[in-house]
Amino acid sequence: MSNDAGNEHEAQAHEPMGYGTYFLTWFSLLCLTAITVTAAGMHFGGMSVVVALVIAAIKASIVLFLFMHLKYEDAMFHRMLLIMILALTIFIGLTFTDVLFR
Amino acid sequence: MSTHTHAHSVALPGHKDYRGSKIGIWLFLITEVILFGGMFLLYSVYRSRYAVDFHHAAGELNTLLGTINTLVLLTSSLTMALSIAATHHGNRKLALIMLALTIACGAAFMVNKYFEWSHEFAHGIYPGSEYLLAHPKGEILFFGLYFTMVGVHGIHVLVGMGLLSVMFLKVMNQPNKTVSFVAGHGLANADGGHFAVLDKDGNAVWKSEPIDATIERVDMKTKYWPVKERFHVADFNQLENSGLYWHIVDIIWIFLFPLFYLIT
Repeated sequence: MSNDAGNEHEAQAHEPMGYGTYFLTWFSLLCLTAITVTAAGMHFGGMSVVVALVIAAIKASIVLFLFMHLKYEDAMFHRMLLIMILALTIFIGLTFTDVLFR
Repeated sequence: MSTHTHAHSVALPGHKDYRGSKIGIWLFLITEVILFGGMFLLYSVYRSRYAVDFHHAAGELNTLLGTINTLVLLTSSLTMALSIAATHHGNRKLALIMLALTIACGAAFMVNKYFEWSHEFAHGIYPGSEYLLAHPKGEILFFGLYFTMVGVHGIHVLVGMGLLSVMFLKVMNQPNKTVSFVAGHGLANADGGHFAVLDKDGNAVWKSEPIDATIERVDMKTKYWPVKERFHVADFNQLENSGLYWHIVDIIWIFLFPLFYLIT
């Protein structure tokens, strides 16, 4: 029962993000979508994948930190995200150390 | 959970753990990312091997519909976030409107997908089709990955829509509360006591039958006007968690879109 008071405090810990901030976030995501579609029309050769992935990573970060409030969460959640990215990087990176040399 | 805790009133077991629940949903979302990550791994290997075929195959996809779907999902993320923000501001009506819009965006996404895939099936592009099998290996692989990954993502969208519909009903019920008194907790050794509804003079407007040992449980359901003071962030834990799920579904599409529709 006493935990419920801690609950309330924990939940109320951060200031709510204003509606305007969410609209700005959404607008920047729309812009980045426009950029990625435009970039697809340009000839970057082998780099086009990298460009697409970088823009996608930026968009994902915006959703993660603002829409999903990761910016306002404590370090533990940031570490979880980091470990996940590390894991994926290892899975794909290590696989390519094999695949690229076949 | 109520602010007036009487010695005999005990909320039913199943206490809320806001932080624990948040940790739980993030862990689940990470498993979702790993799920798609495995498929992205497959994609990356085959794309590096059949780069030209992938480019040709991607040309068959409808980039306009793909872009529209991206915008639809991004907007649904906005409405989802606004819905939760509305609960923080104690505005239940806005929260419900935004939640409904989010579900509608999900539906729009699926309708788009239906048109896209109908068009592709009509042109003989589907897993195992003879038309497809006549094409180079890389193109067959591209479409195999496309239908699988976009398909699994679509299932996630549908599940999300179901989840948000349930959340809609839960938010509609806010800020009403149910407090339960259970035999063994609040009703132990109950013998001849009763529940009563009192008016402002302390007179019993209604009085229950005596509470004795045969009574298992008493539920006290209270309806409140949806005023701002009654809205507490911790009550919307499930809605926030559902929102996090929805955003992950959006993030996965953010990666699917350029990798399938924008291969130059």
